[in-house]
Amino acid sequence: MAAKADSILVTEGVSIRFGGLLALAGISLVMRPATITAIIGPNGAGKTTLFNCITGFYRPTEGRIIFRPDGRDVVLNRLPIHKIAQLGVARTYQNIRLFGQMSVLENLLVAQHHFVNHRLISGIFQTRSFRKSEAEAVEQAWFWLEFMGMEQLANQDAGTLPYGQQRRLEVARAMASRPRLICLDEPAAGLNLQESEELNQLILKLREEHGVSVLLIEHHMGVVMSISDHVVVLDHGEVISDGTTEQVQQDERVIKAYLGEEDAEELQSVTKGAG
Amino acid sequence: MYILGQQLINGLILGSIYGLIAIGYTMVYGIIGMINFAHGEIYMISAYLFAIFLALAGVFGIDSLPVALLFTLAFTIIITGLYGFTVERMAYRPLRGSTRLAPLISAIGMSLVLQNFVQLAQGANDQALPPLYHGVLRLGGEEDFVQITHIQIIIVAATVISMAILTYVINNTALGRACRATQQDRTMANLLGINTDWTISLVFVIGASMASVAGVLITFNFGSFNFFIGFVAGIKAFTAAVLGGIGSLPGAMLGGILLGLSESLFAGFVNTDYKDVFAFALLVTVLTFRPTGLLGRPEVEKI
Amino acid sequence: MNIPAALKDSAVASLIALALFVPMIGLVLKGQSLNIQLLRALFVVAAVFAGRMLISMLLQSGLLGRLVEVIRKVLVYLSPVVGLVERRSFRFIGLLLVVLVAVPFLPGSSNYLIQILSLTLVYVILATGLNIVVGLAGLLDLGFVAFFATGAYGYAMLAQYAGLSFWAAIPLTAGIAAAMGCLLGLPVLRMHGDYLAIVTLGFGEIIRILLVNMIDITGGPNGISVPRPTLFGLGFTRRLEEGQLGFHEFFGLPYSASHRYIFIYLLILAFTVAAIWIFKRLREMPIGRAWEALREDEIACKALGINHTTTKLSAFTLGATFGGVGGVFFAAMEGFINPSSFTFVESAIILSIVVLGGMGSIVGVILAAMGITLLPELFREFENYRMLVFGLAMVFIMIWRPGGLLKVRRKTFARGGHGG
Repeated sequence: MAAKADSILVTEGVSIRFGGLLALAGISLVMRPATITAIIGPNGAGKTTLFNCITGFYRPTEGRIIFRPDGRDVVLNRLPIHKIAQLGVARTYQNIRLFGQMSVLENLLVAQHHFVNHRLISGIFQTRSFRKSEAEAVEQAWFWLEFMGMEQLANQDAGTLPYGQQRRLEVARAMASRPRLICLDEPAAGLNLQESEELNQLILKLREEHGVSVLLIEHHMGVVMSISDHVVVLDHGEVISDGTTEQVQQDERVIKAYLGEEDAEELQSVTKGAG
Repeated sequence: MYILGQQLINGLILGSIYGLIAIGYTMVYGIIGMINFAHGEIYMISAYLFAIFLALAGVFGIDSLPVALLFTLAFTIIITGLYGFTVERMAYRPLRGSTRLAPLISAIGMSLVLQNFVQLAQGANDQALPPLYHGVLRLGGEEDFVQITHIQIIIVAATVISMAILTYVINNTALGRACRATQQDRTMANLLGINTDWTISLVFVIGASMASVAGVLITFNFGSFNFFIGFVAGIKAFTAAVLGGIGSLPGAMLGGILLGLSESLFAGFVNTDYKDVFAFALLVTVLTFRPTGLLGRPEVEKI
Repeated sequence: MNIPAALKDSAVASLIALALFVPMIGLVLKGQSLNIQLLRALFVVAAVFAGRMLISMLLQSGLLGRLVEVIRKVLVYLSPVVGLVERRSFRFIGLLLVVLVAVPFLPGSSNYLIQILSLTLVYVILATGLNIVVGLAGLLDLGFVAFFATGAYGYAMLAQYAGLSFWAAIPLTAGIAAAMGCLLGLPVLRMHGDYLAIVTLGFGEIIRILLVNMIDITGGPNGISVPRPTLFGLGFTRRLEEGQLGFHEFFGLPYSASHRYIFIYLLILAFTVAAIWIFKRLREMPIGRAWEALREDEIACKALGINHTTTKLSAFTLGATFGGVGGVFFAAMEGFINPSSFTFVESAIILSIVVLGGMGSIVGVILAAMGITLLPELFREFENYRMLVFGLAMVFIMIWRPGGLLKVRRKTFARGGHGG
């Protein structure tokens, strides 16, 4: 692929079959570094399935997923989940998955596990290098808490936070693992308008200040259209549209996929009539 | 040749017993996704109840063996079922929606409670029933033969009948439909007006009843038992359930018979002392290489 | 107050109790006849009725709610105290250490008391090991006794067949136990959590069967005797080996068996402190955090780059090591071991110490270990009820406070400084 040179993630004809169901049917897309790419589509279109393929939870039946963290190609298809994460792919979940009985700050420390000195002996005897590495990790954790505006919650149990804060903490935790690519699965789900607006600003800031590439599943069209650089529309496991926000908005196939054939015609006639 | 035949017969008998107990594990696992560690103790209790009711029949002067057996069987099944019900009600129901570890630990606690309760109530000694019935069927010559006791035939017949009844209930009755629906999706079943709490209780009662049939049959056959028999029988039956594919009823029976046969062959041709070790090793092997068992469906974790 | 409803509930409960208990408690098997003890059964049924009635009344009057609330408040007020102890556990352990070191030299002390305290400390070591596996990593290991047995028999057999001393046996046996943990862990830790529990249960049973049946090596059910440990080559036995110098001779003291008890006790005490110290450090280390994170959410853990298999394996192996060391001390203390000390009941006792003490807690485990070993000594006549009570307590704690009676206070972090 010609487009590969300037990309962070490329999927080439990724398909996955569950029994008789073809959940993804040859998804090919290219994601450029430091961009926000939104994946949208009706329920059951295969958005989360695609996420699960990229992050290693599912193995694609066909096709390749290529991650390019530093210019070299890494094929993710056969790697275990934790290896993919160590390469720099982080994610959040539709149903929040925090470490509920650990404190907020500890959640962020766990995310840095493979950066800190986790040797047994150094930890038990608390060597100088161990203490230094721990202090750095704690410092890093504070940084992300500040970024999210959650410093005062540092010592609370993550499970006791209000819903909106839990969503934020999940993003912070993903960022603390120092990813090159972060996959956000409906980060604004269940948030009120203000919270969701704040989250948008944070996601934009992540890209601006930390150069991370963001892959975003989102239902809220306002969010998608206001922050994405690139939109991919899925339906029935296929890419039906792929381009800038304007291009996608005008694509008839997208309108049909969302509203159904007849509804779309109806809508057009109604808007015409009203106009 | 005759030794092989004899071991196969013994294995089939043992396997039927494992299969009957395994039903309880597999049904409970299917419906609430937990291992009911106390299930082996339920089986042990049924062995005691059988002996107690049989003695009671004697006290009441019921002389005819078939009548006494029917009386005993009925009471044993009912009271054992009630034990199953009570265990669920007290130790598991309050824990719905608790942490993952909580029901397991509670089950271990319940298992200790039942074991020690029986030990305190009935004493720690081994109990023994005299052989009730002596009929024997011999196949083969004078020297070499395969011996099948009539009791063994009764065991196989009783197992087949119990399985047939259970399969009918699960597949063709409203109760069975409620069970299957609750197993598929508890919330949805609840919304559709199924009393899922009662359905779960019912599953425990059915599981306990099947275990009690096993307890009655094994006591009928061997005659000796103590308060500790539930422990090893429980692990073995669980192995059978896993072997067949946990959650699957025919799987439990299949797993039970396979385990019984292979254990019996191992005991007959390799070593008797280590037959339990063999069964546990089989469990580890199955779980490592085919965790869904022979007839189980793979579990898909929702992310 | 709705007395009829309470009466109805209690009647239902006692009817069930009647059906459950009359055959089981009231009719006691005696050979082929029955020893009829209906009164005993009716007494229990009456107790069920009264108990259910009491609960109904308390519930209706809101008293039960208030009572629970009071207990909860007391525990909440207590938990900062315990939290303080947990966080400052070096000071706490220091204080406890002073007391425990002093015990053998106090007037009322006896060999018997020292022996009981030694056993308690062995349980603390074992429970600390299991606490890593169950409390931190959330893996229910029901065969922990296997590692305990490995330690005890490992020492006995290394001494008997290789002539190794106690001191050489400790690291070696710990290594063997760790290797066993690793060996068992490798296939098992990929399994679903519930499967793990039953497989470890089976593993514990396998070890016991091997100990019973390998008569030539282990002595079978008759057991095996264990040499007494020495202090820098000084022996503590009355009849010393050829060329061995006795402790009492060296210090010019009259021979006393209590020297040996005190020596072993202090030895175990030192190792217990080390075990607790290591546990405390582990809990605040990256690996400890990874264990807890795995317990909370395995999927999220993997997606953060944590290798769940090796992480679980490390918990399992470390726990096994603690178990092995506990076993060595148990053998050294008893001087003679047989398979009956290593049954499933032992695993259950260690597990109940962890559960009752509060999973992941240090103070809780020490208190629970003391309670479980010392209380039956105090109430000898109720010894038979011990496991019944433990079982009930496990069920009750899981229903009421699955996190343990006292919640573990987590390490707190202050901005700009180090955690405190």
